[in-house]
Amino acid sequence: MSAVALDQIAETAPKDALLRVNNVEVIYDHVILVLKGVSLSVPEGGIVALLGANGAGKSTTLKSISNLLRAERGEVTKGSIELLGEKVHHLTANDLVKRGCVQVMEGRHCFEHLTIEENLLTGAYTRGGGSEVKADLEKIYEYFPRLKERRKSQAGYTSGGEQQMCAIGRAMMAKPKLILLDEPSMGLAPQLVEQIFQIVKQLNENEGVTFLLAEQNTNVALRYADYGYILESGRVVMDGEADALLSNEDVKEFYLGLSKEGRKNFREVKHYKRRKRWL
Amino acid sequence: METIATLLGVDPFDLWFFVEVLVGGLMAGVMYSLVALGFVLIFKASSVFNFAQGVMVLFAALNFVGFLDMGIPVWLCFILAMGVMVLLSFVIERVVLRPLVNQPHISLFMATIGIAIFLEGFGEMLWGSSIKPLDVGIPDDVFFLGEAMIQQNDMFAAVVASVLVIALALFFHYTRIGRALRAVADDHQAALSIGIPLNHIWIIVWSVAGFVALVAGIMWGSKLGVQFSLTVLALKALPVLILGGFTSIPGAIVGGLIIGAGEKLSEIYLVDAIQSFYPSFSGAIEEWFAYILALAFLVFRPQGLFGEKIIERV
Repeated sequence: MSAVALDQIAETAPKDALLRVNNVEVIYDHVILVLKGVSLSVPEGGIVALLGANGAGKSTTLKSISNLLRAERGEVTKGSIELLGEKVHHLTANDLVKRGCVQVMEGRHCFEHLTIEENLLTGAYTRGGGSEVKADLEKIYEYFPRLKERRKSQAGYTSGGEQQMCAIGRAMMAKPKLILLDEPSMGLAPQLVEQIFQIVKQLNENEGVTFLLAEQNTNVALRYADYGYILESGRVVMDGEADALLSNEDVKEFYLGLSKEGRKNFREVKHYKRRKRWL
Repeated sequence: METIATLLGVDPFDLWFFVEVLVGGLMAGVMYSLVALGFVLIFKASSVFNFAQGVMVLFAALNFVGFLDMGIPVWLCFILAMGVMVLLSFVIERVVLRPLVNQPHISLFMATIGIAIFLEGFGEMLWGSSIKPLDVGIPDDVFFLGEAMIQQNDMFAAVVASVLVIALALFFHYTRIGRALRAVADDHQAALSIGIPLNHIWIIVWSVAGFVALVAGIMWGSKLGVQFSLTVLALKALPVLILGGFTSIPGAIVGGLIIGAGEKLSEIYLVDAIQSFYPSFSGAIEEWFAYILALAFLVFRPQGLFGEKIIERV
């Protein structure tokens, strides 16, 4: 093997992985096989994107890490999940939050009848109280000035964008090392999506929070992420540096609607006929 | 044509008589509210209608009066009885709630019926089934507000209920645990996702409901004696809940007040009015007034006066 190739391997293999998912299989309700052996790793301080269509298993992967699966009658039947080298798949969600891994759920899931400020404070539940929490609240308001304006409104009556900010801010209040961010762009206008991703990038750079985000909006996700995994029917079919994926012909065709002939008319796209199989 | 007012030999349109009836009704309503509060707490945190709440009132009162009969001082009895309710919460969480996580609500509801039957039997096994008088020194005199006669123990119940409600409201709004309880009530999954342990929350909420049951049990026990018919109170709490809304603590209080006052006033004035054109009407509106009112609410305002509107995206 040439020196160049070895170098490449050394670079793509993450040095100090914060999170390592090894060959995880997830079964819902004892019968429905959703993840068929997913492996991925998230380096400390990175932003990693998990891409794929509906039902590919993005959310399930995130939930198997944060262990919210049990509440949906799902269970990890094979493989292992390691957070900072510790096997965590038997821990409860509460233990995981204490160890610094918080999930922001798909569809935001703010506490509707609580005010924005109460939502944020609830995020610090596992830390107890104290002046530190107050200081962190102010910090969150600096990142999300909009939330400060709406702090006294019930979250149920705020807009989708504000709710998404609230959900991310709430997760930040737990002082996490890793945030699992599920579909932050869902139902938001393109401009807002851009804004949310910019804040994610800021949090990543300034606060050192690592992000693993699941997205359908491949384009935006890859522009902000360092590394990406593409999931298809419960398997990782492709992974690579974000730039490499963005310029990959298959990704362009299947996820960005672009091909060599340029942008296609939607009617002419051969619906889901793949040129080749990855696996 | 004999109404209660004529039987008593008073003019039903005398202002002080009206005040007396109204205050008496409001005070009776407060007693219903005390029972209804326990339902609201558990319903808020777990969307479960706790059928056992009425029996918990009885069970708490039985323990209290049992300890009292052993010659233990009142304050210690209160602490011991509270300890039993906390212990009960631990057992219920471990044995009933935890295995039923993620099961349909109806399963949990059925389970609370089981708890009710068990507690009733268990209480009888421990303390026997005779009626026990309870005297914790609540003043039992009357005083006059203008010319209206008011029972001191009714007044006392009102004070206790107000203190309880204010304390609960402060607890729910300004403490970390209280916020977490409301968060769980809003969205179980989101609460899990930020690390709120649901089983702790359940133990806390059942303990608080146990505390409310104990207070209600002592108040009702002093009024009627501790007896097994106290469990029927749960039936009167139901219209209170429908009126006030299952999820609202102030709702439980206001609902109780409306039902209490409504019952008494309708007994005096509505009976009068009906008898004026239908002389053979014999009254006893008090018995069913609450349920008819609740029925009307179910038709026109199912979430109750203060219940949280169900925000549903279509």
